[in-house]
Amino acid sequence: MLYREAGQYKTSYAADMAIFPLRQDRIGLAAILAIAFVAIPMTGNQFFLSSVMIPFLVFSLAAVGLNILTGYTGLLSLGTGAFMGVGAYACYKLATAFPDVNILVWILCSGFFAAAIGVIFGLPSLRIKGFYLAVATLAAQFFLQWSFVRIPWLYNYNASGAIEVPTRTLFGLPLTGATASPETRYFALLVIVVALTWIASNLVHGRVGRMWMAVRDMDIAAELMGIRLLHTKLLAFAVSSFFCGVAGACMMFLWYGGGEANDLFNINLSFNILFMVIIGGLGSLIGSFMGAAFISILPTALKFGLPAIGIPIAGATAEHVNLLLVGGLIIFFLIVEPHGLARLWQILKQKLRVWPFPY
Amino acid sequence: MRVQTFGKGVALAALLAATAATVPAFAQDSLYIANNSYRTGPFAGSGIPIGDGMRDYMTMLNERDGGIGGVKINFEECETGYDTKKSIECYEQGKAKGMILYSPWSTGATLAAIPRAHVDKIPILSMAYGLSASADGNTFPWVFIPPVTYWDGASVMVKYMASREGGLDKLKGKTLGLIHLDAPFGKEPIPVLESLAKKYGFTVKLYPVGAADMQNQSAVWLNIRRDRVDYLYNQGWGAMNPTAVKEAVRNNFPMDKLVGVWWAGGDDDARAGGPQAKGYRSLNLQMAGTDFPVIKDIQKYVVEKGKSLSPKDKVGENLYNRGVLNSVLIAEAIANAQKISGKKIPTTEDVRKGMETINLTEARLKALGLEGFTIPMKVSCSDHSGHTKVYVAEWDGAKWIKSSDWLEPIRDEVRPLIEESAKDYAEKNAWPKRTEACASSS
Repeated sequence: MLYREAGQYKTSYAADMAIFPLRQDRIGLAAILAIAFVAIPMTGNQFFLSSVMIPFLVFSLAAVGLNILTGYTGLLSLGTGAFMGVGAYACYKLATAFPDVNILVWILCSGFFAAAIGVIFGLPSLRIKGFYLAVATLAAQFFLQWSFVRIPWLYNYNASGAIEVPTRTLFGLPLTGATASPETRYFALLVIVVALTWIASNLVHGRVGRMWMAVRDMDIAAELMGIRLLHTKLLAFAVSSFFCGVAGACMMFLWYGGGEANDLFNINLSFNILFMVIIGGLGSLIGSFMGAAFISILPTALKFGLPAIGIPIAGATAEHVNLLLVGGLIIFFLIVEPHGLARLWQILKQKLRVWPFPY
Repeated sequence: MRVQTFGKGVALAALLAATAATVPAFAQDSLYIANNSYRTGPFAGSGIPIGDGMRDYMTMLNERDGGIGGVKINFEECETGYDTKKSIECYEQGKAKGMILYSPWSTGATLAAIPRAHVDKIPILSMAYGLSASADGNTFPWVFIPPVTYWDGASVMVKYMASREGGLDKLKGKTLGLIHLDAPFGKEPIPVLESLAKKYGFTVKLYPVGAADMQNQSAVWLNIRRDRVDYLYNQGWGAMNPTAVKEAVRNNFPMDKLVGVWWAGGDDDARAGGPQAKGYRSLNLQMAGTDFPVIKDIQKYVVEKGKSLSPKDKVGENLYNRGVLNSVLIAEAIANAQKISGKKIPTTEDVRKGMETINLTEARLKALGLEGFTIPMKVSCSDHSGHTKVYVAEWDGAKWIKSSDWLEPIRDEVRPLIEESAKDYAEKNAWPKRTEACASSS
């Protein structure tokens, strides 16, 4: 009743090719952006911003990155955590070597370093596919993580091997470091995530995205149609690693604010982001956000939310309940809808169009 | 009908308002301490006994004395699974709830919390772990690392080696191996060991164990055997320690020359090696066992009443008692803060002062029921560690016993390193100068 396209006519090719053809979708998107930019900073307290929203945005960005590689191009990667680490260490080196340049510039630039490393480790993808490629990217994970521990130059010869995030300002407000308020960090991160998601959306809906999807669906057929596999696959690795690298730099600079970093970008992180992509929905940008919300927000909400509404679980019990519930829900969702939350969302929209008189 | 609904609504609103009102009131009449714990994950083997010890001492104070200075302690555990990400959540949660002291319980969590705590003005107690440089109180007014740092521990290890060999001059030509977790925590002792090696002419060999390989050390031990090291210092934690002891047994390494840092001295760590693990050594800060008034009180007020999470026979184990020691330091700091400020609920600034005036003398230890449990320790305005003596404990097959005197760290070696690295930290991070005044000890 509310959600239907009756009366909305497409009178130009541009309108026909729009990503959100329905007015209701556009209103919905505007509402989400309004909530994210206005309502959440106005109403959310510091704990909510720094422990729920900021991690969610960082993981969303990483999941979008991995989705480009795994969901759109069909290349399975287990090196996401390490590529994020490359971004974080690159940003740290750049920020300490050139302290006068704005930190946002370095956060975005660090993505290029991750992209370069991603391309190198993406080379085997030309010859191997599927699980075998996953194993090859696993090598990237272990090698890079080893480098983070063993190359002291990367962490400026810090005695504890930790990244110490310096205080940097944007428009006079501290953006990184201990004095940065969660609101500032949240805004900066939100702008980065929205801008990069917009770029990703344009990429996957355009020629490049068609190439990726053609390679995913059948690479021999794609090659016969004139798509150069080497370029396409490496481009997917580069773009995906760029996103992951920026996410890693944001993780270190806007979320953690420094600390022991070498064990942070470990295989568990890679797996977590892969799960976000699988649960959210392969080949769907909105799915990346849904998956990130599911894997990153739910545990925090259970751990701190249940005691807050009067259910007294604490400490280790909360952690165990968490594992049980989240694990159970993952299985439940995968049985109910193997194509992820994005597909559920699509079915829901489809049902909504004919509601209340389904035919 | 409508009136009835309205009445119900009012009642519900009143109830909600009452709940909302009682929550802050509750927070204000108790001492809220946030403590990270890890009862899950690969480090749970070490985390559980420590968490139990800490919790039981606080429960005992609540049961026996009604808290500290008549105010109940609200001691809250936040599970981290030794994950830095979760520890940041826990810190934020603690801050939102108004904690007066933060106990991070992992080096990673401490490192992440140090810059925040200096902005939020929340004291951190990292007892014998964390950033060694934080022993410099002039740079880190909000971080406390009593009674020793890892650098002190490494220097004691060298001293102990010398005492076994018959003097520091006999160290020439000897080889000291360091088997360590390949993480910041494990690498901490390296600078001190290397500087001492240069001074006394012994060689240091490093055997890093990656966090993923904690339970798979056979390759490392092959190297240790090949290099014929004379002594081996074990800077390990969690699942790494029992594996190291097991491997030492399997490789016929002389157990009396394998010495763990104080965190490698868990009963379960040593027990894993079976009867042949007899003779395994570990540095220690306090005694194991139950023959102390304070442990007896815990048994009486907490364990016997079924209020402890710990199995009865694990009370008094080495790491359990370590947890008790940590809680003693927290309680002492709060008691000092109450004395200094005259307030029932001290502020974080008061607790910081209370920390700086910790002076556990022989008499004070006796009053707390800790006679013989540990030795006097003192924190001061500029020295946030105290560089207290430690001793070497020996596993006799069933329990930890004392096997050396209390050995003083090589302060002349450690203190300049600490000050230098604190200066370095301050420079790199544009660290603010200390503005907090020194508290006069009461």
